[in-house]
Amino acid sequence: MASSEETPVEFEANHLKHIQSKQTRTVALRIVKDGRVGHATTTHTDKGDELVEDALATARFGTEARFQLPSQQSYPPVEVYDPTTTAVTLEQMVQVGQKLVDTIRRHCPEIVCEAGVARTTATVTIINSRGGQAGYRESVFSVGIEGQVIRGTDMLFVGEHQSSCHPLLDPEPISRAVIRQLDLARERASVRTKAMPVVFTPTGFASAFCRPLMAAFSGKTVLERASPVGERLGQKVFDSKLSLRDDPTIAYCPGSGPCDDEAVPSQCTPLITEGTVTAFLYDLQTAGLAGTASTGNGHRSQGGLPAPAPTVFSVSPGDASFEHMVADMKEGLVVERLMGATQGNILGGDFSGNVLLGFKVENGRIVGRVKDTMVSGNVYRLLDDVAAIGSDTKWVGGFLSTPSVYCSRVSVAAR
Amino acid sequence: MDVEEVGHELADAFRGHDADYIEARVSEARTTQVAYRGRNLESAGQAAAVGGSIRALVKGGWGFISFNDFDHLPDKVTLAVKHARLVGGEKSHFAPVEPVVERVPCTVRENPVMIPLADKKALLDEYVDVIWGNAGIRTSTINYGDGHRRTVFVNSAGSCIQQERCDVTLRVVAVAASDGEVQQAGLSTGGRDGFGAVHGLHGQVDQLAKKAVAMLSAPTVKGGEYTVVLDPVLAGVFVHEAFGHLSEADFVYENDRMKEIMSLGKTFGGPHLNIVDTATLPTLRGSYKYDDEGVPAQKSYLIREGKLVGRLHSRETAARMEEAPTGNARAISYRHPPIVRMTNTYIEPGPATLDDIIGDIAEGVYATNWYGGTTSMEMFTFSAGEAYMIRNGRIAETLRPVVLTGNVFSTLESIDAIGNDLSMNQGGGCGKGAQSPLPVSNGSPHIRIRRCLVGGR
Repeated sequence: MASSEETPVEFEANHLKHIQSKQTRTVALRIVKDGRVGHATTTHTDKGDELVEDALATARFGTEARFQLPSQQSYPPVEVYDPTTTAVTLEQMVQVGQKLVDTIRRHCPEIVCEAGVARTTATVTIINSRGGQAGYRESVFSVGIEGQVIRGTDMLFVGEHQSSCHPLLDPEPISRAVIRQLDLARERASVRTKAMPVVFTPTGFASAFCRPLMAAFSGKTVLERASPVGERLGQKVFDSKLSLRDDPTIAYCPGSGPCDDEAVPSQCTPLITEGTVTAFLYDLQTAGLAGTASTGNGHRSQGGLPAPAPTVFSVSPGDASFEHMVADMKEGLVVERLMGATQGNILGGDFSGNVLLGFKVENGRIVGRVKDTMVSGNVYRLLDDVAAIGSDTKWVGGFLSTPSVYCSRVSVAAR
Repeated sequence: MDVEEVGHELADAFRGHDADYIEARVSEARTTQVAYRGRNLESAGQAAAVGGSIRALVKGGWGFISFNDFDHLPDKVTLAVKHARLVGGEKSHFAPVEPVVERVPCTVRENPVMIPLADKKALLDEYVDVIWGNAGIRTSTINYGDGHRRTVFVNSAGSCIQQERCDVTLRVVAVAASDGEVQQAGLSTGGRDGFGAVHGLHGQVDQLAKKAVAMLSAPTVKGGEYTVVLDPVLAGVFVHEAFGHLSEADFVYENDRMKEIMSLGKTFGGPHLNIVDTATLPTLRGSYKYDDEGVPAQKSYLIREGKLVGRLHSRETAARMEEAPTGNARAISYRHPPIVRMTNTYIEPGPATLDDIIGDIAEGVYATNWYGGTTSMEMFTFSAGEAYMIRNGRIAETLRPVVLTGNVFSTLESIDAIGNDLSMNQGGGCGKGAQSPLPVSNGSPHIRIRRCLVGGR
């Protein structure tokens, strides 16, 4: 059973435009009847009979249940609720958004910004027929801005977001990041079609590598033998500089919590350890089918049946500073944001995206912004040949913590 | 409480508030989801949802409340107005529209949600058998969904519109793998005309399984600029991503630069180019009789003979731009406010045949089907599901799926041939803001584009 109250405050075209209050409430029921799984959800809190009937109807054709629901457990004390978040007033939220917009406009008067400040409180309760019971409250505060600068038909998009369980009442880190993007993008630079080194910043890494890795490490993809790393458990597949873990026990992080959506206790799962594949992510059913144990990654998307999903991905930092990595490139790119990179063959790891925000590096210095440029590659080949992992760890969207990643040789195509 | 009763109570509660405009939507829906993974039905689920929302406009500022319980309705109206008042500070701009009182029933013979699950499973089992009848298949997924929704819309001008709609969608993906290589091919379809929309696809399902296997041994295209021919499915995605989003007035109305770029009368392409958005074609997934602001649906020409002649509006963007409303304000559910969205968007057919179009090309790429597309207004990016080289006027070797990107404006100008074979693709779900996937359809005949950037090796 999940209920939440979300209050987004939204700015459009540099001024306050909407205030919203969204209350939602869902009950999701999973049953096992004659060994088969049935499932139904409802928003009605007074139509329990109908919910049970719906679940029973689907159980006739459901998949064979291969799990035992958890009984009474002890859960790690992962804090994801900060009462001061709920106490933030609408007026304060409006002020944060307006200050963010105004700071950036002072630096760049022609920019048109959309910004949002949102506060959410959610409650999740899970109970099952084996006496298992778990629940928690969560607070999420997020602040973000997207700006557009148009000169002729040239459009520049900049933006930054931050998300936390704590209130974020100082927008300075966000405005600082956006101003840096605007400054670096002031000059235009050209690039030729060829293979070259690329530094993917944290947001750049997210836009190209995240989805393929999430799909590959899902126990479901592994079970179907469709994961490129599925048969390589214990083997070195990636560069030894790369370590990646799924960790929902990090306090006050929006993806964290004491348990997953099946009341299995949260744990930290190292997926890649110095290049070696060390684990995959499981929910109860997939673990049952695979003959292993749930890793506490059972996630119900929009009230659906639980499926393996990452919680908080964390790439271990290295010791190369961003400046160092840039200085190392005679000719290369810094990619901040790719568009459309993960629409293709996610399972195979092939990606190809348009560089929405990226910069040319010549002789160790950023010389300007590139346009009409595509960056392509295969996630597995690129992460097997990593020149360096940065020390500049940053949170992307509250769910991914990563530094910049410096890839030795990436295909770049330009007009 | 019945949704109609809730609607009436809300409409009564609008009285006495000092707001420029108030509206509410109450809706109840039932949906089914069936997912297959490999040869087996992995999950089947039913969902029931009922909820409502209220939107208020005060001095140009908007307040929005959404909820699942129907207690204290008058207090909810008061809160929406209070939020709007906190935001507003200038004059409201909102195009007036005649109030409408009407019931629009579902025209489908049989509500797909009520069809027994056994029947749905029987059809999907057939498709699974077709896929797995092919060697080289590693896994497959089938996602079937259907839904029935009844929505009541009321506003402070006296409108009361009840609309019922049914929707069916199907996505089939076959994954082939060998020696560490993985490739996939898929199809997406659906319709508003009931369960029949997903029948009889056995031939297409078999084709996509064979294509997935063929792509394992296909080479990657050499990245660079090519003359590209798009099939109706991919060209439909292109018109939606590359041009459709630019036509949404909410990207334009508060942005002086965008207004200059998108000024009516400007030439965007050759005289053979005509682009339409319409919600008036009954069986298409993007269609409806009234939008979510109570405005009747209509056929809108966006580009006529190469020139920009129209755009898609909500009542607010229409008033601000001093143009007529077009009935394109849509909300994906009661949980969201309506925003400007496309409906069914397509390029009108021209005179050329596919042979004409390909015959002129010495070296190019024929790209078909789609994985996905996105736009950043100026740049579009989309991935083709399948691709082939064109050599000396003929379709040649199969390629791995390609990603195409380009500048929207120069690409529209570079469309130099339009086929005569318009076909609509119903598999799409459009994403904008948090409102995804919104039912839409898009289509086109085959088109040829000179100088498109293709990502590859």
